[in-house]
Amino acid sequence: MSTLSLTSAFSLLLKRDLVLAYRRRAELVNPMLFFVLVTAMFPLGIGNDAKLIEAVGPGVIWVAALLAALLSLDSMFRSDYDDGSLEQFMLSAHPVSILVLAKILAHWLVTGLPLFIVAPLLAVLLNIPASAIPTLMLTLILGTPVLSLIGSVGVALTVGLRRGGVILSLLVLPLFVPVLIFATDAVKTAIVGIPTTAQLSILSAMLVGSLVLAPMATAASLRISLS
Amino acid sequence: MIIRFFHQMGSPRYFYNVAGKMIPWFMVGFLITLVLGLYNGLFVAPPDYQQGESYRIIYIHVPAAWMSMFIYVVMAVSGLISLVWRIKMTEIIVISSATVGASFTFLALATGSLWGKPMWGTWWVWDARLTSELLLLFLYLGIIALHSAIEDKRVAARAVSILALVGVVNIPVIHYSVEWWNTLHQPATITKFDKPSMDMSMLIPLLTMAISFKLYYGAVVLMRARAEIVERERNSRWVQELVEEEAK
Repeated sequence: MSTLSLTSAFSLLLKRDLVLAYRRRAELVNPMLFFVLVTAMFPLGIGNDAKLIEAVGPGVIWVAALLAALLSLDSMFRSDYDDGSLEQFMLSAHPVSILVLAKILAHWLVTGLPLFIVAPLLAVLLNIPASAIPTLMLTLILGTPVLSLIGSVGVALTVGLRRGGVILSLLVLPLFVPVLIFATDAVKTAIVGIPTTAQLSILSAMLVGSLVLAPMATAASLRISLS
Repeated sequence: MIIRFFHQMGSPRYFYNVAGKMIPWFMVGFLITLVLGLYNGLFVAPPDYQQGESYRIIYIHVPAAWMSMFIYVVMAVSGLISLVWRIKMTEIIVISSATVGASFTFLALATGSLWGKPMWGTWWVWDARLTSELLLLFLYLGIIALHSAIEDKRVAARAVSILALVGVVNIPVIHYSVEWWNTLHQPATITKFDKPSMDMSMLIPLLTMAISFKLYYGAVVLMRARAEIVERERNSRWVQELVEEEAK
């Protein structure tokens, strides 16, 4: 059993989670549908004013992305907690933080990446000029992994609770604020036509920082939730 | 000797007794500094040349805002200690501080808003400080909600400790991002209340109030910690003896 190396444990866990997600394809579409629906509600609520829709567009897309990420977070450890496989991960010889990272990566591929794919469509719906769409895509690919990483700490703390959903949003949303600020600002700056290197660099820094710190915090939280 | 003191403070029973002796001192100090600070602040200190009398709310507002950050740091430090060394007493300090910290944060927000109405002409602006203070309140509320949701209180204390640590790492990030967001989206039309120098007659009452609030926090956190100890240790002999003595 000890012959299993860390890299193969990582890839096996990643593959297992992806297969499990693929078996439940209907659930795969849900975060994406939610993202599209929430975004479509905003113009209906605001009114048919092209200028106004364009002005709030980046914010609307990102707030919808936050909510979609929040909605899908709860499933990150839920089924593994219910069937006991989470306890087996804890008992394995490999560092839990690396295994957790595999689960976070799988979760992001299943829920974060689809948002990235539909985003251009929504940008067109919200009158965001085509020149700013690449920046929007960049902020999403840099920002949504941060949401999954930070969110994983919150999920790990609430996984043992019966009604963790509301508490999860209270724990996690304030921590999402920096991503929201810099991502929407990058898109708004791109619409005006000013270079966005500063915002994108800071988003990348957040990604690297949370990539290093979040798995450790998540592993520690899971140990507490399972104790 | 100091090390021995800390060892003894780690024992709930010893802590309970020492805290019981310390609370009256904290309360007396709090009341004296409160009366002194309020009297000097509200009656003795001269009115501000620009803001007139309304500036006097800072004698509550600024110490409360300081406390809101101070208490969070206390929580994070004791959270770290309880995660690393598994000391029961620091766990209790984390929990006991959360509600007090949330109250001070709310007080800072409410007084700031009351001051903003006559000064800025509005109850609320999305100013960098107000926004980060609001987010701090949410962090406190998250900690309280998580603690009340987990039934096993020792597990809850450790979960809350982790959350406090994650929060303390994030607070600078949140603060600077809010500041960046603010400078980009809102031109600095509002002259904020941070003059570099303050007259001594205004500064001394302010510092008195800050000490007063710290003493209040000390008294309340010890009271809450004692209550928490008695609840946690209710099956131990010394608590039962204590209850029997009280009943006599």
